[in-house]
Amino acid sequence: MLNLSLARLRQGHRTIAYPAQVPTLPDRFRGLPIVDSSKCPESCRACADACPTNAITIDAKGMRVDLGRCLFCTDCSDACPEEAIHYSQEYRLSTRSRDDLILDGQTIKRAQALEEKSRRLFGRSLKLRQVSAGGCNACEADLNVLGTVVFDMGRFGIQFVASPRHADGIVVTGAVSENMRTALLETYAAVPAPKLVIAVGACAISGGPFIDNPEVHNGCGSLVPVDLFIPGCPPHPLTILDGLLRLLGRLDGPSAAASDTGT
Amino acid sequence: MTASGFTTIRVGQSMPRARIAGLPGFDFHRTITNAVRGGQAIVAFFGHVSSTHGSVELYAVTSDTQHGVLRIGKTTLDSDQFPSITPDCPQVHLFEREIAEQFGVRPTGHPWFKPVRFHSSYRPGHDAWNRKPGETPVVGVTDYYRVEGDEIHEVAVGPVHAGVIEPGHFRFQCHGEQVFHLEISLGYQHRGAERTLVGGPDKRTLHTLETVAGDTSIGHATAYCQAVEALAGCQVPLRADVLRGIALELERLANHAGDLGALAGDVGYLPTASYCGRLRGDFLNLTALLCGSRFGRGMLRPGGVRFDLDEARKQECLSRLESAYRDVENAADLLWNSASVQARFEGAGAVDADAALALGLVGPAARACGIEHDIRQDFPSGIYRFAQVPVSTWTTGDVFARAYVRWLEMQRSVAFIREQLQGFPDGPTHAECGALKPEQIVVSLVEGWRGEICHVAITDSQGRFARYKIVDPSFHNWTGLAISLRDQQISDFPLCNKSFNLSYCGHDL
Repeated sequence: MLNLSLARLRQGHRTIAYPAQVPTLPDRFRGLPIVDSSKCPESCRACADACPTNAITIDAKGMRVDLGRCLFCTDCSDACPEEAIHYSQEYRLSTRSRDDLILDGQTIKRAQALEEKSRRLFGRSLKLRQVSAGGCNACEADLNVLGTVVFDMGRFGIQFVASPRHADGIVVTGAVSENMRTALLETYAAVPAPKLVIAVGACAISGGPFIDNPEVHNGCGSLVPVDLFIPGCPPHPLTILDGLLRLLGRLDGPSAAASDTGT
Repeated sequence: MTASGFTTIRVGQSMPRARIAGLPGFDFHRTITNAVRGGQAIVAFFGHVSSTHGSVELYAVTSDTQHGVLRIGKTTLDSDQFPSITPDCPQVHLFEREIAEQFGVRPTGHPWFKPVRFHSSYRPGHDAWNRKPGETPVVGVTDYYRVEGDEIHEVAVGPVHAGVIEPGHFRFQCHGEQVFHLEISLGYQHRGAERTLVGGPDKRTLHTLETVAGDTSIGHATAYCQAVEALAGCQVPLRADVLRGIALELERLANHAGDLGALAGDVGYLPTASYCGRLRGDFLNLTALLCGSRFGRGMLRPGGVRFDLDEARKQECLSRLESAYRDVENAADLLWNSASVQARFEGAGAVDADAALALGLVGPAARACGIEHDIRQDFPSGIYRFAQVPVSTWTTGDVFARAYVRWLEMQRSVAFIREQLQGFPDGPTHAECGALKPEQIVVSLVEGWRGEICHVAITDSQGRFARYKIVDPSFHNWTGLAISLRDQQISDFPLCNKSFNLSYCGHDL
């Protein structure tokens, strides 16, 4: 017992002060990609051609980056001859619609909170059923970590539950393999209404690294109605937490800011 | 060529495919069974459709740790069936089922002939279960082994499980609390990874391999890069090898820390569960300090690494590593000194060494049975050629042993990283990696944190991948979990499952 108490003292209090304080991320963290198109050479397509999931489109309308396809890898910045594209420390990336993930500038229209009725139902108690559907397990790992003491999402009333019958919604990860299609649909059907769907990670939004493989459905958007999109490969736990708190209207303090130039 | 007809090849050595002589089926079969009886292990056993004659070829790679070499052999099938090698050599059981599923050839006499990933044959018109064309297999629908009796009940779990965890199906035959038999049926995470690699490398290849098993990105990326570097004749600078080794050991540390916490949680010991939950994140953040990604995405590339450690970053890494290690030591000691935890861990889910050898288990699960196999020792590549990590083993093969081996490995990984950080060689972190040589074969082995990762690459006449075989350590070990549940109480299933902590997606690909 004494050992236990000493250990408890030693291990200390580790929960981060977020959202009251802006969190620190690793300095090499790859958040929102920023493009300075003034540096782009005439008709250069290096980044678009290098992108493994074709997340970058360059056409007559200009250049667009689809965060839902983006793997946040270094291929575009490695390929750019003019250092016109780089990653910022911006970790707040969640949106309510698929279209809001397609950026033509630095502005990202972040997720608005649910309407008032849903906020009253879910705002202080959100029980979620996780459905792992043809991914790589990294998103699942960083979802799990939200329950550990550093992030402690339990303090916001958010919790993963064992059964869809106990849940307010599902959190989908993975590109949705054909072999998980039925399980995903049945799990969603088993959640009592009103219910939410949260898509976490590039796979769940667009297929991610497995995009267009015949074995997958390019994410869950064609199968269930998604209320919140959280991009990343995998999204940093803070990106996920920011998305969830935004949805619930629980985010205030210095980390809020609905949309800005993402520096 | 050796007396047996198999060709000797070293790990990470690119060799012309033509040097592998095709053997008649009987000799191929006999060489494999003799090799395993003589103490070798099956590293890979897979099929390939030859572009020259359209028949199915079978390749087998065995590891001879005594001589530090691999042996590789090949046979061409002249019909849609071949005599199963499994009755003589259980280690190949799942490989034969995989070959059947992928290429529509039937291993006759296979004692457990069922689908692996529940997908259609890659050769239309050839289906090992005689399914009609256009009839796609339904995942999880197969004949499950059943025990009949009045008091027997069957428990089915999954694919969707209670926790935040990947999907799989577990079918228990129980008598009260006691499990007579567990059958595991997977395939839910099948994304078609191997198939997309054919014709590469291209801009998606490295990303596919980093996400084959997303918590083993460094392990699989290392195996891939080493294969490509061998095929291109590219020599990786030593500084890059050191950084790769540090990244691989950090990946091992993060996952082992998480596993100790998860095991503690499963026996209701919340202090260690809580501390290790945090500490796993601390190790992941060290990987992120190195390359920006907690899971090591983007760290490696063919020819070397993408990120370097300057002096300041090195010192920060060292000090954070020491701090995390002291805290993990504190958290783990609570486990070993708690009678209630030991009462649950000891004796649970025991696998005996003979079964482990017969099934070809790898990684900590095998070392927990006293089997001293570790790729870093047996077939070292990269920095492990110069810096040896002692092999961690225990003897009892139970949950305690699998937990304790993880703790021993953590200590050794920390010592390794400390030593590498203190003696950093100068030089570049990347060398140019050119085109791949045509008509070559290479086998790449890495000791990932779950065990032996194997990649076999075969190039065509253009130097593109004609075949890319991935064997995640989980492919060897899922059967070990099934065996470990025999005569255990069903309530110990989560504990045994976590003590193995296998990858569903690594198995399903």
